[in-house]
Amino acid sequence: MNAPAKPNDWSAYPDAKGRFGEFGGLYVAETLMPLVLELDKAYQEAKNDPAFQAELRGYLTHYVGRPSPLYFAERLTRHFGGAKIYFKREELNHTGAHKINNCMGQILLAQRMGKTRIIAETGAGQHGVASATVSARFGLPCIVYMGAVDVARQKPNVFRMNLLGAEVRPVTSGAATLKDAMNEAMRDWVTNVEDTYYLIGTAAGPHPYPAMVRDFQAVIGNETREQIQELEGRLPDAVVACVGGGSNAIGMFHPFLADESVKIYGVEASGHGLDTDKHAASLTGGRPGVLHGNRTYLLQDDDGQILDAHSISAGLDYPGIGPEHSFLHDIGRAQYLTCTDDEALKAFQLCAELEGIIPALESAHAIAKLPQLAKEIGEGGVIVMCLSGRGDKDIFTVADALGRSI
Amino acid sequence: MTKDRIDRRFAALKAENRAGFVAYVMAGDPDAATALEILKGLPAAGADLIELGFPFSDPMAEGPTIQRASQRALAGKMTLNGTLDLARAFREGDQDTPLILMGYLNPLVNKGFDVFAKDAAQAGVDGLIVVDCPPEEADPLSDALEAEGISLIRLASPTTDEKRLPAVVRRTSGFVYYVSVAGVTGVKEADADAVAPAVERLRAAAQLPVAVGFGIRTAERAAEVARVADAAVVGSALVDEIESAGKLNENVTQKVLSKASELAKAVRSARQDTV
Repeated sequence: MNAPAKPNDWSAYPDAKGRFGEFGGLYVAETLMPLVLELDKAYQEAKNDPAFQAELRGYLTHYVGRPSPLYFAERLTRHFGGAKIYFKREELNHTGAHKINNCMGQILLAQRMGKTRIIAETGAGQHGVASATVSARFGLPCIVYMGAVDVARQKPNVFRMNLLGAEVRPVTSGAATLKDAMNEAMRDWVTNVEDTYYLIGTAAGPHPYPAMVRDFQAVIGNETREQIQELEGRLPDAVVACVGGGSNAIGMFHPFLADESVKIYGVEASGHGLDTDKHAASLTGGRPGVLHGNRTYLLQDDDGQILDAHSISAGLDYPGIGPEHSFLHDIGRAQYLTCTDDEALKAFQLCAELEGIIPALESAHAIAKLPQLAKEIGEGGVIVMCLSGRGDKDIFTVADALGRSI
Repeated sequence: MTKDRIDRRFAALKAENRAGFVAYVMAGDPDAATALEILKGLPAAGADLIELGFPFSDPMAEGPTIQRASQRALAGKMTLNGTLDLARAFREGDQDTPLILMGYLNPLVNKGFDVFAKDAAQAGVDGLIVVDCPPEEADPLSDALEAEGISLIRLASPTTDEKRLPAVVRRTSGFVYYVSVAGVTGVKEADADAVAPAVERLRAAAQLPVAVGFGIRTAERAAEVARVADAAVVGSALVDEIESAGKLNENVTQKVLSKASELAKAVRSARQDTV
C-alpha cells in the first residue's frame, strides 16, 4: 500500500469536514446532524475562550489533581534492560484513570450549552465512573449505558456509578459490550434531542468528538513534554500507550507528532491471538469502514457486519478505533503493536511486584511491550508510557484468570 | 432508468388523489424464503411501494422491533448480496412496484458503491435509503447511484431546520422521507398536527413527494398521516406481526399481509373520509 505523504502541520487535522485524511467525518442520522453541528460550533467557541480554558485548568488542578507525576520506573527499567522507562501516572487522577480529563472538559461544555441531562457509554466502567463523577459535581442527572457482559465483569465500577447518583442501564443487544452500549447511547440521544448531552468517552464518534476528546486528553502529552525536559533535559525517544478507542494514546501522542525524533507506539489488544476470532486489534486485524459516526478501521466480516471484539480488558474490547489513529497508522507516523491477554496478565503482575503499582489491564497491554521497546531503543534512551488507569477494578478478572477465588 | 418507477407510482397516486402505502420489511426475516413470499404478496395486499431493509449488526436508529428483525436476519445468514437476490426474485414477478432498499452505510462501503449500484440496478432496485449517511457525506454514494439511475432517498427530521433543508434535498430524487419523530423506529408516535406543516415545507423545498415514517403503528395514525402526506411508511408494526406469528406458530406470511391490507385500506380511504 502506498502511504500518503506525512503532513507538516498537524494542527490542520481534522479538516473542516472533520477528516483526518480519509478517516473521521460525520456519519449520523439526519436527526442528529443539527446537534453535532451545534456541538462543533459550541466547542470551537469554548476552545478559543480564555475563560473556559481557565475554568477547566482550575478544575483539573484542584479536583482532578493535575499535573499527574512523571515517574521513573527504576526497577522495571533494570529488569528489562535498555532504555529508561518513565510512567505518566494518569492512574493517580481522581477516579483512577485518564478518563476524567475528557469528562471535565465536556461537562463544562455541556453546561455552557445549557444541556441538563448527561448520557454516556462505558466499557470497563472507567468512563462511566468519570461521567457519573462530573455529573454529580455539577448536579446533572447521568445515565450510563453499559453492556450487560461488562456490567457483570466490572461490578465494583457499577456500584461506584450508583453511589455517584448515576443510573446504569445494562445493554443486552449484540455482544452486550462497549459497541452495543454506544449504539444504545446514540438511540437515547436521537430520542432526547432537546436537553441531552452525549458525553463520549473515547476519541471516536462523529466530528467533533475525535478532535475534542483528543484536545481534552492532550494535557497528558503536554505535561509529559515539560516534565521529561525537566527530568532528562530532552524529549523522549519514544512514547507508548494502549489503544482501544484510543483516547489516552492520542492525548499522549498528539503533542509529539511534530517531533520527528520521538517514535510513537500504540498497543492494541490481540486477545487470544490475531489468528483467532477473539481479539480487538482493529488496525492490525481490521479494514476501513463506517461505524458510530466515523470512518475508521473496523473488525468486520465479508458482508460489512461488525464483529464482536474480545479482550480480557473491557476498556479495549471495541471493534473500532479513533479515526486519528487510523490516519497515523496509514501515514506511518505511529506504529501499532499488539498484546495478547496472557502477555497483559503477566505484565500486570510484574508491574505490581516490581513497582508497587497495580495497573489497569488496559495499561498492562502497553507495559507488556516495554521489554521489546527498551531493547530496541537501547541504553541511554528514554521511553514514556502512559499508565492510563489503576487496576483495582480488574482484580476480580485477574483472580479469575489466575484461577484464584477472592 | 429504474427511478422512473417511483415517479410513475407517485404520479398515479396523485391522479387517484390518495396517499401511497409504503410497507417496510427486513430481508431474511424470519428467513429468506418467507421474506420473499411476503415481498411477493405485499403489492396485492395494497403496498404501493416497498422498503426492503438489509440487515446490519449495529442498527443505531432502530427501536427494539427492527433491531430484533436485523438479528433474526443475520442469524439466518442474510447479507447485502442476499438482499439483492431477494430483490431480483421479487422483480421477476412485479415490474411496477417501486422497491427501495434501506439500511446502514458499512455494508455498502464494504461492497463498494459502484459495484453495489450496478448490482442493485440489475436486481430492479429503484431507490436507496441510508440512515447514517447525511448529505454532507453522500456525494460518493450519489455519484455511483446516479450513474445507474437509482434514487438516493433523503431523510429529513423534526430537527432539520430551514438552514439545512436545501442541503438535505440537494441531489435527491424519487421522494423525500420525513422522519416524523425525533427518535428510533417504532417507539414514539407521530403527531399528525405537527406532520402537516413539516410535509408542506419539505414538499416546497424538494419539489418531490413526501413520505412520512418512523412513528406510524396503527391504521388510525396511518390514515391521519395519509391525509397530509404523499405516502405513509409502516415498518415496526408489520415486523411485530412476523415476530408474534413466529412465536405463536401461526402462518407468518398470512399474518403480515393481513396487517398490510388493514393499513393499506386505511391509507387508501383516508382522504375520502374527510371529504
